[in-house]
Amino acid sequence: MFRLSSYRDFDWVLLGFVALLSVISVLEIKSATLHTKFHGFDQKQIGFLAVGLFLMFIMSMIDYHRLLDIVPWAYGISILSLVAVKLVGQKVLGARRWINLGGGVHFQPSEWVKLVLIVAVARYFWNLGGRELSWRDIGKAFALVCVPMMLVLMQPDMGTSLTYFPVLLCGLFLGGIRLKQAAILVLVFTIVIGGAWKSGKLLKPYQKARLTAFIDPDADPKGKGYQIRQSLIAVGSGGIWGKGANKGTQTQGDFLPIPYTDFIFAAFCEEHGFVGALGVLLLYFLILMRLIQNAQTAADLPGAYIIMGIVAVIVFQIAVNMGMVLGLMPVTGIPLPLMSYGGSSILFTFLSLGIVMNIRMRRFVN
Amino acid sequence: MELTPQSELAIRKTEKLPVAKLTAVQYVIAAILVVLAAGLWRLEVVGVDNFRALAEANRIRKVPVLAPRGRLFDREGRLLVDNYPSVSCFILREQVKDLEADMPLISAGLHMTPDQIHATLKRYESAPKYQPIPLKQDITPDEQAFIEAHRNELPELETLEEQRRLYPRDGFAAHLIGYVGEISEDDLNKPKYAFYQPGDVVGKSGVEATYDSLLRGVDGSRDVIVNSHGKEIGHLGQTLAQPGKDLRLTIDLDIQMAAEKAMEGKNGAVIAMDPHTGEILALVSRPTFDPNQFAVRLTKSYWNEILNNPDHPLLNKAIQAQLAPGSTFKIIMSYAGLQEGKAQLMHVPCNHGATFYGHYFSCDRNHGMVSIDNAIPYSCDTFYYTLADRLGIDTIARYASSVGLGQKTGIDLPDEASGIVPSTQWKLKNYHEKWYAGETISVGIGQGATTATPVQLARALSGIASGGVLRRPHLVSSDQVPPELQESIQENFPGSGEKTIPLTPENWEIITDAMYSVTSSPIGTAYAARLEGVDFAGKTGTADVVSGRQKGSTNKNTIPNAWFVGMTPRRNPDIVVAVLWEHGYWGNNSARLAAGIINTFVEKQRRRANNLKIAETPKPASAAPETPAAPPTGQPTAQATPPPVALKTENVPN
Repeated sequence: MFRLSSYRDFDWVLLGFVALLSVISVLEIKSATLHTKFHGFDQKQIGFLAVGLFLMFIMSMIDYHRLLDIVPWAYGISILSLVAVKLVGQKVLGARRWINLGGGVHFQPSEWVKLVLIVAVARYFWNLGGRELSWRDIGKAFALVCVPMMLVLMQPDMGTSLTYFPVLLCGLFLGGIRLKQAAILVLVFTIVIGGAWKSGKLLKPYQKARLTAFIDPDADPKGKGYQIRQSLIAVGSGGIWGKGANKGTQTQGDFLPIPYTDFIFAAFCEEHGFVGALGVLLLYFLILMRLIQNAQTAADLPGAYIIMGIVAVIVFQIAVNMGMVLGLMPVTGIPLPLMSYGGSSILFTFLSLGIVMNIRMRRFVN
Repeated sequence: MELTPQSELAIRKTEKLPVAKLTAVQYVIAAILVVLAAGLWRLEVVGVDNFRALAEANRIRKVPVLAPRGRLFDREGRLLVDNYPSVSCFILREQVKDLEADMPLISAGLHMTPDQIHATLKRYESAPKYQPIPLKQDITPDEQAFIEAHRNELPELETLEEQRRLYPRDGFAAHLIGYVGEISEDDLNKPKYAFYQPGDVVGKSGVEATYDSLLRGVDGSRDVIVNSHGKEIGHLGQTLAQPGKDLRLTIDLDIQMAAEKAMEGKNGAVIAMDPHTGEILALVSRPTFDPNQFAVRLTKSYWNEILNNPDHPLLNKAIQAQLAPGSTFKIIMSYAGLQEGKAQLMHVPCNHGATFYGHYFSCDRNHGMVSIDNAIPYSCDTFYYTLADRLGIDTIARYASSVGLGQKTGIDLPDEASGIVPSTQWKLKNYHEKWYAGETISVGIGQGATTATPVQLARALSGIASGGVLRRPHLVSSDQVPPELQESIQENFPGSGEKTIPLTPENWEIITDAMYSVTSSPIGTAYAARLEGVDFAGKTGTADVVSGRQKGSTNKNTIPNAWFVGMTPRRNPDIVVAVLWEHGYWGNNSARLAAGIINTFVEKQRRRANNLKIAETPKPASAAPETPAAPPTGQPTAQATPPPVALKTENVPN
């Protein structure tokens, strides 16, 4: 099983890009927390990265087929853990997302579920064997993703639950959904979402207000538009070259909300300008292209499915997070992968990368 | 899901994803990143100027550094109005996240009702957002501690130390000093206040209002860098406040105190003036009010108390009470009659009155044969009925106007009243009726439609006693006022001003000697108020309160007003004192009040002449040089008195 040829097959280039982005992340977290009570989060982030890196290497040694084998069990445990959160989870800011494992360690199952879901979806579509998807197949795929999604949405954690959706989309697309089916689905979705929005049952009023605030942040600059407005000011005032590290007035003056997590890209844009931001975009582009290349060279379909699922989640998070920072998308509370502070997010990313490494290293197997 | 056996894995392991689909995904990713890059371009390159400005507005706050207002001194440099440091609470609207949620806390901590807070916010709706709004002024140490303790929960509250007005107690000199208050919305729209901002404290009445531009100084400001909680994390620069100019008034504290004392418990007014210059030495109006209550936000109960007081405490009766002058008007009648060459020829038999145009006009006594010399001390109505009839209303009106009646004197206080000098034209204009000769008779004794203010009478009678030289009354001498402001005051306070009227020396002697008889001769109406060894002259007036009778209101309101205009010496007087005691029964009563004030003046002059040290004057420099029997013009003590204010910036909170 553990027939690793050598670490020459390890994707050092991908890891290099990831490391570069991680360094940028740590520096920006340091700057964003310089004068706040969160001072020192950059150190903690380094700790998370170290653990993440270690777990990535462990993960890269596990044959991803093993994961495919055990994923039904993992999926079941995931659903149970989400239900457990609902029942015994710790309430933080009005939402139950965390399970206190004792000793100061908190566990956020929803991040972990994301990884399980990627593998589960990969396995599901691979099992279909490339045949044309029937409505029944599509329905099953929806059920697979939507059950954990609804559980997370009920925490309530709209941001994370939304990140499950691209996994499904990616699976359907690669799994061979037909154009006609896709069109019907889009139509049905528009009607259902529209209806749910109107009825107000799906989302709580504050969630709705937060979603629409980005359209006109000046309408309520002190309330719902505050975050997005401060974010736009931060980004816009950065200019071409930025205000310099640790010199962003929006970031340092605490005007920008949570500049070390959800709005870290705004802080980065303010301090490093258009040029710096383009550099980060380029890094993401390179990482994503490298991942897709790995999917292409994967030894079998499930490997490719898994990588593309990871790609889908990362792209979705980048688009939604940066879109939010730039005022193109609503505020959803989705962190920016590899940049935002936070252990759960880093663990997810590096565990994913570990699987990718494993798939890459096995591309020539047999 | 059921487990898939390992064997199946081998079958499909050669399968690959279609390249086209992966390429499509790559394009989608590229497109997303291009859209994000475009968003970056839009904000960071296109919108940079706008967002830079917004970022600056976010972090830089202008904190006003309030200029201390100029203090007020009396003519000898004795302090009348001072400032004291006080703390006010401001609300920063930019820091407000949810005011309604904070309302109970703010309301409890500052002891204000939510309605009061809302009302304050509403008044400043038009002010720019960054401008702090004064929520509560002169807060207590408890309230200050509350704000300090809730910095995090209530970042919108800010305290500011400022200088606040400290006025004399018990409404002393309140009407001449006036008071300050927050500028009203109406005032903000006036051109005079073009450079004022909502929340500015301005003079609302008295000297505070007239000389506001001198007294207020120029507020400075500091640019401080703040974080999103409004906490100061640095500062950029500052503009120092220029303190307001201290003003020395023409008021003599000793005479003012004598006048205040004289009017204690009475309604009415006193005005004392130096007829040589027009300098006001004392000005009292009763009832009075406490300007200290206006300097801080006025309480509703005190405001209602003032509004509902039937005696109108806010009215400055010395310049605003327009009442029948009664017999004091006889001096003006005498002046007219003599100058017209008629009065000196008249010998009128008085038998408790006389009949004119079919109506009987009464006199209080049977004076026998009356001529101009005893008509004034007797205050014989019959004589003046006859004189009025002979002069005719328009001649009377011409002379009355020439001594400044029926028009403002131009005193440098707001809202002076002009009184009425009736004439044929006046009646035609106001009543569209012709004047009846019978109406002239009562005008001769200062009744009928004739009304005048105390300051007008003081100036008119002392003008005649000064040989026809009339001065513009004022509370601040011109040497303290820059030329532009002087001009604007002349413009904004129009009046008859400085003028000289014709008066022959013989007539001058006749009138002034007769006025001396009023207080010195046993036949004089104010003999009881005589001052031994003092050349004290004057004229009483007992004016019927016609309106009171007509309305048939309470008994008190039908009692005549007691007037007296007195001066010393009788010719070219150094001081003139006009006393109006509303419902004071007889002019004689007011004469005694005036005598007391004049006596204070004379004694002070005598002390000075003997070079005695004046006990009330604390500063050694104001032990004035000998100016024997000269009026205290203020000049000798001018240089030494007002303490320097250049260091006042030390008090400005930094």
